Amino acid sequence: MISSLTAEKLACTRGDRKLFDGLSFRVSAGQALAVEGANGAGKTSLLRMLAGFLAPAAGRIVLKSAQAEIHESEERGKAIGWLGHQDGLKPQLTVREQLDFFARLHGAPAEAGVLKQVGLERQAELPCRYLSAGQRRRLALARLLASDRPVWLLDEPFAALDASGQALVAQLMARHCGHGGIIIAATHEPLGLGNESLKL
Amino acid sequence: MSPFVTLLTRDLRLAARSGGGAALALSFFALVATLVPLGVGADLKLLARVAGGILWVGAVLSALLSLDRLFQGDYEDGSLEIIALSPLALEAAALAKIAAHWLSTGLPLTLLSPLLALMFNLDPASTLTLFLSLLIGTPAVSAVGAIGASLTLSLKRGGLILPLIVLPLLAPAVIFGAGAVAQVQDGLAGGGGLGALGLLAAFSFAAVLLSPFAAAYSVRLNLDG
Repeated sequence: MISSLTAEKLACTRGDRKLFDGLSFRVSAGQALAVEGANGAGKTSLLRMLAGFLAPAAGRIVLKSAQAEIHESEERGKAIGWLGHQDGLKPQLTVREQLDFFARLHGAPAEAGVLKQVGLERQAELPCRYLSAGQRRRLALARLLASDRPVWLLDEPFAALDASGQALVAQLMARHCGHGGIIIAATHEPLGLGNESLKL
Repeated sequence: MSPFVTLLTRDLRLAARSGGGAALALSFFALVATLVPLGVGADLKLLARVAGGILWVGAVLSALLSLDRLFQGDYEDGSLEIIALSPLALEAAALAKIAAHWLSTGLPLTLLSPLLALMFNLDPASTLTLFLSLLIGTPAVSAVGAIGASLTLSLKRGGLILPLIVLPLLAPAVIFGAGAVAQVQDGLAGGGGLGALGLLAAFSFAAVLLSPFAAAYSVRLNLDG
């Protein structure tokens, strides 16, 4: 179980441009952090950094678990559930095949109820090319649930979703925090979790 | 199913459903192998002599057709990030993708080659050697190709640069593969043919062993973009 995620004096440069510098924060188990800022402020870059895709120009990221401190980005990646801009779906695969692929890639077949939870039960046999943007997002959420990771990094989790979809995301996030998970979300809308926010 | 097998079967399924994999490569291979005899003319001796080289080059070019999408598709739709965060190491993921590419392209090309060899008037012993050389050598094409595919995955038209990166690196495979056929034709079958096949096997083994590391490294660099 992960007890906290700490960023110490992170700096990010893209090209010649410095996006942020000296950024420090700490998120403990059961907490959420909303990352806010204008377009291009570096919200996605920060999430990519936390996920280990991007090396920080300065500073470090530490993931603390009950047993150990994880500094290495590849190790950290094994604790991370990622919901990026893109949903990672193949038009040729059906919803069920796609979910099953992600779940098995993470080591276990998907639980039966996951599709129902995100409201895609009736679309299970539909190829992903027929899904709407909101439905694609719901499938990405199902993938996030199936991957069963303690630290969620969410990039615009409410994007493309209708009211019930947004309520679903809020409910899933609340449950994740309730189970001791960590959430860091880049968003323009309030997460509704009584969380702290970080302004970039 | 382990994560490795999961990725392998998904890539095979995608290749089968998108139709851009085996069918395209096989048709291209067959067309090249048909056009050359038409261009060269009906000199059966000459055709048999150049068969090994032409079919090897044809097989390599055919396999390259689908290589540019090896990582690019997953990069563009975000799957690659999810794969990178999965328990499967990127090196293992690269190997799974190489294996899937070989099973959907290299292996079918190899199986088709004896049929195409007929058009070059290749004798049975040489045809067998050609078949064996492709069986041993095409994994190297997929493996070395994976390095090129990983280097160009974020380029919009990376498919155009890919052959420039990959083809020079595949020269040993073409030399040993076509050389093995030539050695059988020259009556050096006993020791000679096996010698070239042995070198080809060594090259192929090294390529399959090392390229997943190079490809994974390059994928990491590209995710940093």
